[in-house]
Amino acid sequence: MQENGFAANSANNEFVAFRVGAQEFCVDIMGVREIRGWTPATPLPHAPPYVRGVINLRGAVLPIVDLAMRFGLGLTEPTPRSVIIVVHIHQQIVGLLVDAVSDILTSSEASMQPTPDIASDMAKTFVKGVYAVDGRMISIVTLDSVLPINAKAAA
Amino acid sequence: MDSMAAIRQTFFQECEEQLSEMELGLLAMDEGNADSETVNAVFRAVHSIKGGAGAFKLSELVQFAHTFETALDHVRGGKLTPTPDVMKIMLRAADVLADLVEASRDGREINEASYEGIAADVKALTMVDGVEEVEEPIDFQPTVIDFGLPELSVEAAPVANAPHQYRINFTPRSELYDNANEAVLVLRELNRLGTMQATCDASAVPSLDEVDPNGAYLSWSVRLSSEEEIAAVREVFEFVEGEAELAIEADGQAEVSDADIAALLAQALGSTSAEAPNPTPELPVEADKDASALKEEMSPAESPSSEPATVHALSADAAKPEARIAPVPTQTTIRVEFDRVDRLINLVGELVINQAMLSQRVIEANFAGSSSVVIGLEELEQLTREIQESVMAIRAQPVKPMFQRMSRTVREVADATGKEVRLKTEGEATEVDKTVVERLAEPLTHMIRNAVDHGIEAPEVRLAAGKPAEGTVRLTAAHRSGRIVIEISDDGAGVNRQKVLASAIKKGLIPPDAQLSDSDIDNLLFLPGFSTAATISNISGRGVGMDVVKRSIQALGGRISISSRPGLGSTFSMSLPLTLAVLDGMAVSVAGQTLVVPLTAIVETLKPKKTDIHGLGAEGRVMSIRETFVPLIDLGAELGFRDTPAQPENSVAILVETGGGTRNALLVDSIQDQRQVVIKSLEANYGTVAGIAAATILGDGRVALILDVDALVTSSFEESLSGELHYGTGG
Repeated sequence: MQENGFAANSANNEFVAFRVGAQEFCVDIMGVREIRGWTPATPLPHAPPYVRGVINLRGAVLPIVDLAMRFGLGLTEPTPRSVIIVVHIHQQIVGLLVDAVSDILTSSEASMQPTPDIASDMAKTFVKGVYAVDGRMISIVTLDSVLPINAKAAA
Repeated sequence: MDSMAAIRQTFFQECEEQLSEMELGLLAMDEGNADSETVNAVFRAVHSIKGGAGAFKLSELVQFAHTFETALDHVRGGKLTPTPDVMKIMLRAADVLADLVEASRDGREINEASYEGIAADVKALTMVDGVEEVEEPIDFQPTVIDFGLPELSVEAAPVANAPHQYRINFTPRSELYDNANEAVLVLRELNRLGTMQATCDASAVPSLDEVDPNGAYLSWSVRLSSEEEIAAVREVFEFVEGEAELAIEADGQAEVSDADIAALLAQALGSTSAEAPNPTPELPVEADKDASALKEEMSPAESPSSEPATVHALSADAAKPEARIAPVPTQTTIRVEFDRVDRLINLVGELVINQAMLSQRVIEANFAGSSSVVIGLEELEQLTREIQESVMAIRAQPVKPMFQRMSRTVREVADATGKEVRLKTEGEATEVDKTVVERLAEPLTHMIRNAVDHGIEAPEVRLAAGKPAEGTVRLTAAHRSGRIVIEISDDGAGVNRQKVLASAIKKGLIPPDAQLSDSDIDNLLFLPGFSTAATISNISGRGVGMDVVKRSIQALGGRISISSRPGLGSTFSMSLPLTLAVLDGMAVSVAGQTLVVPLTAIVETLKPKKTDIHGLGAEGRVMSIRETFVPLIDLGAELGFRDTPAQPENSVAILVETGGGTRNALLVDSIQDQRQVVIKSLEANYGTVAGIAAATILGDGRVALILDVDALVTSSFEESLSGELHYGTGG
């Protein structure tokens, strides 16, 4: 808690870091509502393959996005260790299926590096920048276009 | 400032009620039911609006309300007969008043020119032989420091043979003036009841340097001879209740009014009144205090059984609404913010789901059917259902206010098109969920406009066709098997089928050689991009067609259909769910998933035989049901749950009917049961899904999807419209 206060004062942000396949990503902790285990989702007809379906989150219907599939890294086979990160995207609440949550990072805007310029649509669409942490590269994910309906609006 | 804003909000809320009361009364008067109670109700409504508007310095509103009120007063006084022509002006004036209230509420600029004509018309009503009756300027404000007030007294000798004699002491407090009421107006009102003699007591007025400009220093004692009962006298003071010391005393009247306390109070005040017409300045002020003190002291005491003259006197504070004329027991209501109700409904929804989950766990735990756990759970289920129904009832509202608004639409459109149209409504008390009412208003307005603009013919055409010049639009609501059915019918010319057909072919909506039945042609009206109006009028041709109406009805889980008879008129019939929160559905299994089919769409369920299924074209399949062929939709394949077609002989077919009357068979693996489900939005966190109306949460906590049968059928036949129409009459 003290760390938290300190972080806010020095204009640092906290991020939830997670693993999708062999790559590491993170999202701003302020957008994260909760982290929960995997439960089987009800598939939605006519949905893109990265939308795994919907689950019941205490009475609300929550769509689940398979981030690996969304990022073009292949379909995730959910295991008991798989995790759903429940995030706010604009007015909506969405669950992100990831392989595992690794840790919580505290980092400042200043130490963010621009996304390396590679010919990847996924990188251009979803990665805002990267952090270097202990020799690892952690990509900061922008969630704006994760859902299909938002993807359409953004295009 | 905040509290002022809150008061303002309350004022406009009340205005809405007053307006609806007014409209109701006016419509009753228009029907020829102009008894004094109705006229009074209208008058009171307009008067209240005027009074409130004055407090907020809404001068245009006050001005117009005043003009209107004067006309109503003429009706009340029998000087003006509510003929149909007069009522027409009155109703239009009511519309203007509603507009002004709305404009004032939203703080919009008021364009006086827009209602000048009607204001003049209303004013003309009050002209007697072309001379406007003398009336004082409405912004008349008696200055408190004006010492020369005795001329206010209305001189008239009391008529001895008038049945009732009243002595009234009336001492306004400063709140009365603060609330934009006016003692003079009250006295003038009193004068209408009979002959009266009023004396102003200015003895309490302090010397000029001590005068508080906002203070109230005058009191009046009035002798009134009237044929009216005391209730009518009291009613005059209705708007100043609690803002003045008031003592009304009836001489020689045998009728007793209230109970013990009132009589005791009367005794207390009797001495005060006895000193009229020269009351000492402090007495009326003290009277209230005395009375309340007395009330406390004497309430357990017995009523004095033999009062020589029945006295009815109360401090104005104590004059409760039951003293008003209307003897109808009104149900008490409270205002609750809608958010709170919604929160409650959501919680109850959760409760229902939780209860279902609990039931499932108990079943899994294999308790004996007679065990106390199972019995307790059954009771819980019963309770939950009752709570849910009660909560839903909170949201239920009668359709009456919406219907009332429609009568205005009819008037406006009829005026604009030069037609004579009367709106008849039935079943206004029918209740339906608030959201349904709200979201129904727009499509309904549109359909009413259509009915008047396109349905009803011009008066001369009607007369030529042997119909009365005045057309009738009938708007009815009724509950029918758990749904609300709203019908709009006109006695106009009916759908011009040739024109509709030609137009649809011209617009390329149907192939030129399409063979369509009459009802198919009528249903063309609902096609997107269809509009019969040759020129776009500003009434119905706003680019919003019947397809939009149909879509908004469908979005509410409703269906709409049309039936028309040439020369006799058309009827649009809408069937809507009573609530948007729960739905009766049939749970079915498809490829391992549970889906809910709305019960309202289901006609029957069948076990198909292999010989019932026929291929049609490359992929199409139809099923024969008693010699008619209906398209077969394989749900699993249609929704992408499986790649291979289902085997009909291992499946169950559900015959469904869409809003348009189209029948289709849905192929599912098995039927689970029939249940009531809580509707959960998919749009909130995701978006719309073709063929799916919403979601729900099952007893095991998983999400199940609710089918949108109409959308499903339409999307499955998108490419072959004529095919759909062809099947429209089958089955």
